[in-house]
Amino acid sequence: MESGSPLLRLTTNRARPTPLRALEAFVYEGGEMPDGFGWYLLRSPDAMTRVPVGVPAAMLPAEFDHLADGDVVRLEPSRGGLRTLFRKAVPYNHFLLTERCNNYCLMCSQPPRAVEDGWIVDEILEALPLIDRQATEIGFTGGEPTLLGDRFIELVKAANSHLPATALHILSNGRTFAAGTLARDLGAVRHHDLMMGIPVYADLAHLHDHVVQANGAFDETIRGILALKAHGVRVEVRVVLQQQTIARLIPLAQFLARNLLFIDHVALMGLELTGFARANLEQIWIDPADYQAELAEAVGILDRAGLRTSIYNSQTCVLAPSIRRFARRSISDWKQEYMPDCTGCLAKNECGGFFSSAKIRYSRAISPITEYAT
Amino acid sequence: MAKFRDVAAFDDSASSGYTMLPWRFTSLDDERYVATNMAGEYLAMSREEIFDFASGRLPANDDLYTDLKSRHFLIDADTDVAVDLLALKVRTKLAPLANFTGLHIFVTTLRCEHSCPYCQVSRANDDKREFDMTEETAMRALDLVFASPSPAIKIEFQGGESLLNMPMIRFIVAEALRRNATAQRNLAFVIATNLAVLDEETLAFAREHGILMSTSLDGPADLHNRNRPRPGKNSHEKAIDGIKRARTALGHYNVGALMTTTAASLSRPREIIDEYIRLDFGGIFLRPLSPYGFAIKTKTYAAYDQRKWLNFYFEGLDYIIDLNLAGHEFIEHYAAMVLKKMLTPLQTSYVDLMSPAGIGIGAIVYNYDGTVYASDESRMLAEMGDTTFALGNVHDNNFAEIMLGEALLNPLEQSFAGSVPGCSWCAFEPWCGAEPVFHHATQGDFVGKKPLSSFCTRNMSVFRGLISRMEADPEVRRIFERWANIV
Repeated sequence: MESGSPLLRLTTNRARPTPLRALEAFVYEGGEMPDGFGWYLLRSPDAMTRVPVGVPAAMLPAEFDHLADGDVVRLEPSRGGLRTLFRKAVPYNHFLLTERCNNYCLMCSQPPRAVEDGWIVDEILEALPLIDRQATEIGFTGGEPTLLGDRFIELVKAANSHLPATALHILSNGRTFAAGTLARDLGAVRHHDLMMGIPVYADLAHLHDHVVQANGAFDETIRGILALKAHGVRVEVRVVLQQQTIARLIPLAQFLARNLLFIDHVALMGLELTGFARANLEQIWIDPADYQAELAEAVGILDRAGLRTSIYNSQTCVLAPSIRRFARRSISDWKQEYMPDCTGCLAKNECGGFFSSAKIRYSRAISPITEYAT
Repeated sequence: MAKFRDVAAFDDSASSGYTMLPWRFTSLDDERYVATNMAGEYLAMSREEIFDFASGRLPANDDLYTDLKSRHFLIDADTDVAVDLLALKVRTKLAPLANFTGLHIFVTTLRCEHSCPYCQVSRANDDKREFDMTEETAMRALDLVFASPSPAIKIEFQGGESLLNMPMIRFIVAEALRRNATAQRNLAFVIATNLAVLDEETLAFAREHGILMSTSLDGPADLHNRNRPRPGKNSHEKAIDGIKRARTALGHYNVGALMTTTAASLSRPREIIDEYIRLDFGGIFLRPLSPYGFAIKTKTYAAYDQRKWLNFYFEGLDYIIDLNLAGHEFIEHYAAMVLKKMLTPLQTSYVDLMSPAGIGIGAIVYNYDGTVYASDESRMLAEMGDTTFALGNVHDNNFAEIMLGEALLNPLEQSFAGSVPGCSWCAFEPWCGAEPVFHHATQGDFVGKKPLSSFCTRNMSVFRGLISRMEADPEVRRIFERWANIV
């Protein structure tokens, strides 16, 4: 086993087959201490004496209580650190492939940085074979993953090979695909269950370009989507609902239905107030209560055209009743929160709830649903 | 943090001027015009707006400018991806052409126990088999069916009363299925029948092979029975009984009904629609008057009849719209097919609204005697003595001779709406059909003079009527969007 900063799969199973033990870290939670593991991670310091002699061991701080069987972590003993790459108990794990990006979106939740971060690719290539092959779905995000070029393709190939039953969702602005070659190479991977999530913010080029702060981005993104579909790659169009996108939301829905009817999914998404979104809050914020008419019409246009349509990051009480059936509980359970206003609400089980970041601003229309309409 | 630029920094349209993409306009009513782009997307505009746009003077900050830009009537310095998208949309509209003939009509017999006056092709029921298709003819016709490159093949049995030659239907279905085991097409069968002679063995056979039934229902009993006489004067009763039995055996959606509009229908659109609602159909096809009677014999422009049909049509359409507004979902199929062309990037397979025309390459008819006709109307024309659209015979001609012969290529080439006078500059051309058979029948040439064409008059009125209605009421537009995506 690599010393230094090992990448390890965790187990809590003291009866693991012997050949696997040397490759894994045992998370000790009491009882008899098993032999043969490559690493030992301890919940309390007094267990240190029970670790087999000469085998590396480390104490897990309380913030890592969630670590469980099947998780994959990077140990960095020199810094006393640990990074979680994969959590088996979570239905959707995502990997940030690079922090670099060629867009600079007004509401970016993961502001880009122009850094050389090629090491990330190596780490993910190392991690993918260790991930639970029963995982439902993983995601690749950034930054802009496609800026990695051939290494991006290498990662998709690795996900296809090592996780043959796992869906792969990739967030990209699509621009790199406009030239055609990367779309061709991605199509040639023939990943068994791939979806490219690509944002389109308006039917008019300059409005989209403004949101992503990049001149010419709209044309490249649209050409990228066309190239991907021409090479058999599934595409989801993502629209963030904010001040800059609401005015043309209905024409955008008409544009998608007329020009891109062959896309596979449309996601209309409420703001996540982190990163640039927080910095630009006054510029981008629109109360969801104030765009329900536009949203309902846009969803109707997309739905009537037969486009599969979802609303993400929304709360049931704010949504117009006619479109509540399109809302998905998109915020991961452990990130999902509710506001004090939600006390007594009967609809929490269907409601998407809030990102914790929503505390700084949320709709004035939030109010508990205390009886069901008949 | 880096500075964010405001929207003006990304908007070059004001400074650049615009380049028009191909577009056309036609008047909508006294005040407004309809402008269409190459792919059939439309905008209703005022005369002044048309003038400003056409003269290059439309300012970039005008709402109309953004609508025209969004719908690919223009490009400017901001963006030119519209050219790619427009090309894609035009290709999508024309793509079904490459599939070639999908609908193959087999006339299994001309015999019929009905004696409908509007039918040009049936023969009174008798025991003579001279009007029945033979196995040899069916085998030759199937050679041509499977020579078609279409990935989807629908075989429709017509008559006469197709069920009077049930052994031939069984033979053709079995043989087509046998051939399809290697040909691997998406193969479907439809039996067009008046249902009067429907028996349980036929239903069991249809159920076993997933065969659809299509029948005639002209309206309430008195109207239907007057249009469709048979011994016993019980055509309506038989049809309704047959619809119920066929639905029970085959499933609700596997039984369709078509009405034929006659002079007697024209005053009764609501009663006809109510009959379809009463029988739990999800829609009705308010079909145009057939020209293969009066108009053909006199070679005159039947404007008077056409006007009466339009009144009938729009009274029916408005009644159906009101039903939908009140919450009962019900489609008018002619409108739905036109709306599909107007509001979606897709194309309909309705032969009358195809350009290039659908004759031969959209649908083709194998007559009982082996004669191959370019369409059902071509067969009717032949029965009246005009064999212009007889493409050959299954016993004498091979696939190439039939599909590449002058009898088919001439009318296809000459009538293509994109290039003929009267159509090529019409804003409605992307939605319309070429209809060489109709124009030949009424005017003696494949193109015809469009101002004298009742086909043109009728469709112009339908296009205008549909646009006016959805421009006036967003709720109607939503209903129309739904229809457009159902057919």
